[in-house]
Amino acid sequence: MGEPASQNATAESILSVNNIEVVYDDVILVLRGVSLEVPAGKVVTLLGPNGAGKSTTLKAISGLLATENGAVTRGSITFLGENIANRPPEDIVRRGIFQVMEGRRIIEDMTITENLRLGAFTRKDGERAIRRDIDMVFSYFPRLQERTGLSGYLSGGEQQMLAIGRAIMARPKMILLDEPSMGLSPLLVKEVFTIIEQLCQDLAITILLVEQNARMALKVASYGYVMESGKIVLDGTRDDLVNNEDVKEFYLGGDKERKSFKNLKSYKRRKRWL
Amino acid sequence: MQSSLLFQLIINGLIVGTLYGVIAMCFVLIYKSTQVVNFAQGEFLLIGAWTCWWLVVQAQWPFWIAFPATFLFMLIFGILLQMIVLRPLIGEPIISVIMVTVGLSIFFQSMMKWIFGPWPQPFPDIFPMKSVNIGGLQVQTPYLMSMAVSLVIMVSFAWFFRYSRMGLAMRATAFDQQVAQSLGISVKRVFATAWAISAMVSALAGVVVGMVNGVSSALSFFGLKVFPAVIVGGLDSIVGAIVGGLIVGLIENLAEYFDGQWLHLGNLYTVAPFYVLVIILMIKPYGLFGTRKIERV
Repeated sequence: MGEPASQNATAESILSVNNIEVVYDDVILVLRGVSLEVPAGKVVTLLGPNGAGKSTTLKAISGLLATENGAVTRGSITFLGENIANRPPEDIVRRGIFQVMEGRRIIEDMTITENLRLGAFTRKDGERAIRRDIDMVFSYFPRLQERTGLSGYLSGGEQQMLAIGRAIMARPKMILLDEPSMGLSPLLVKEVFTIIEQLCQDLAITILLVEQNARMALKVASYGYVMESGKIVLDGTRDDLVNNEDVKEFYLGGDKERKSFKNLKSYKRRKRWL
Repeated sequence: MQSSLLFQLIINGLIVGTLYGVIAMCFVLIYKSTQVVNFAQGEFLLIGAWTCWWLVVQAQWPFWIAFPATFLFMLIFGILLQMIVLRPLIGEPIISVIMVTVGLSIFFQSMMKWIFGPWPQPFPDIFPMKSVNIGGLQVQTPYLMSMAVSLVIMVSFAWFFRYSRMGLAMRATAFDQQVAQSLGISVKRVFATAWAISAMVSALAGVVVGMVNGVSSALSFFGLKVFPAVIVGGLDSIVGAIVGGLIVGLIENLAEYFDGQWLHLGNLYTVAPFYVLVIILMIKPYGLFGTRKIERV
């Protein structure tokens, strides 16, 4: 593989992760030299199986690693020219990176508006601007405006929309999206992804997207990385990845000849990445 | 004659109950946002009352300056206490933190005795009248004032948690600390705010009770009454704390009435709230207003 991030490295990249190593509880090595580049204004996706370290990579960027007793022990994370590795999360939010965590994680015993207001916690541009942005979020997600009461009673899709809306309220330069499609119906997944694409365009928000649903992710992303057991094993533009035989087989599925269950049982990975 | 005594006791119960409610609210505030059961809550009353007493009696400040000054002192005290003693304990087992608050309680109580002596000290009369006659009932002026201030505090708590930026941040932290941090909320600052507000508002109750009964270490026993109040209301409910406080205040005074009329056991009123605590724990372990988690099916 050599230098995994080299193809995507450009002068305009807003975030670059350089060869980071992440250790949990001082002993458990989770990321072993991960590097990636995110160009400004683009959607970049991070694919990979469970436990590959995708969420850990996002938490390393957003600083939330510290809340789980983890730390970046080697390498650097550069955002807008400054190293932000191991900075406290509130500092990173203020710098303009906002993470939407896996499983939506909205404040269930608050109303929708209260959740949105919390998203704007770090902003200092006044009540009027916040109110205007709440209306803007409602214009993206009209169904949120119709709902009243506690947000814990929202459906899974609505909660995901609220989580994304809350991120917009922070007016970040970059959003880290962790599995927005988790637990949503295919129709809702489509809706959520359409909005993600729109957001990126309308508000010039850069997005780093972690997904299990590789097909959807590669529809919106311009560039992708594939992670496995703590390492980046493959990267390339959307077209590269979509046409890559291994990605097709492991992540996209849907080959022309259908596999019978008999074959599936003995189905083994033909080739190792490295 | 007897029914007027009963009325008087019910009124007393409601007034003392609102005070309990305010202290219980302070206790819940700390528990809710930091998960710490604060056994030193009663000592906040004590410290606040002694501070105000010292400012009025020794430093000869007029009450209307000494009272806000006490608030300011307690605000700084609460922040420092959190920063110096409790912040290093973040991440330690919760039982260690609770033991530290027990230690703090003993420490502050002894320190107050050491500085101000073990004997109760009366406040000079602040108000021209010691008590006010309302519809044939005698109500002590400081209590009347406390009732008003307590109500103001309750309303401002409600406003604070619903509309203010910091209040929302505190609720978010209480719900999920990791999420709060992901929103850019500094959990350390939230913790410090919780302790500061709690210390400040408890001091108010301390000053009021001190004005009626004199300032002494018995005040911290007054603070101990918050336990039945919060258990009745549910440990993590602000509304529950107020209702619990009122219930405990009423039970205390009704117990005194029954005791005085029929039972003649003496001192029943001090134990009655704790009987209620035991019974509530048996039938409703989460209290009347304890959190029920939203379950979506």
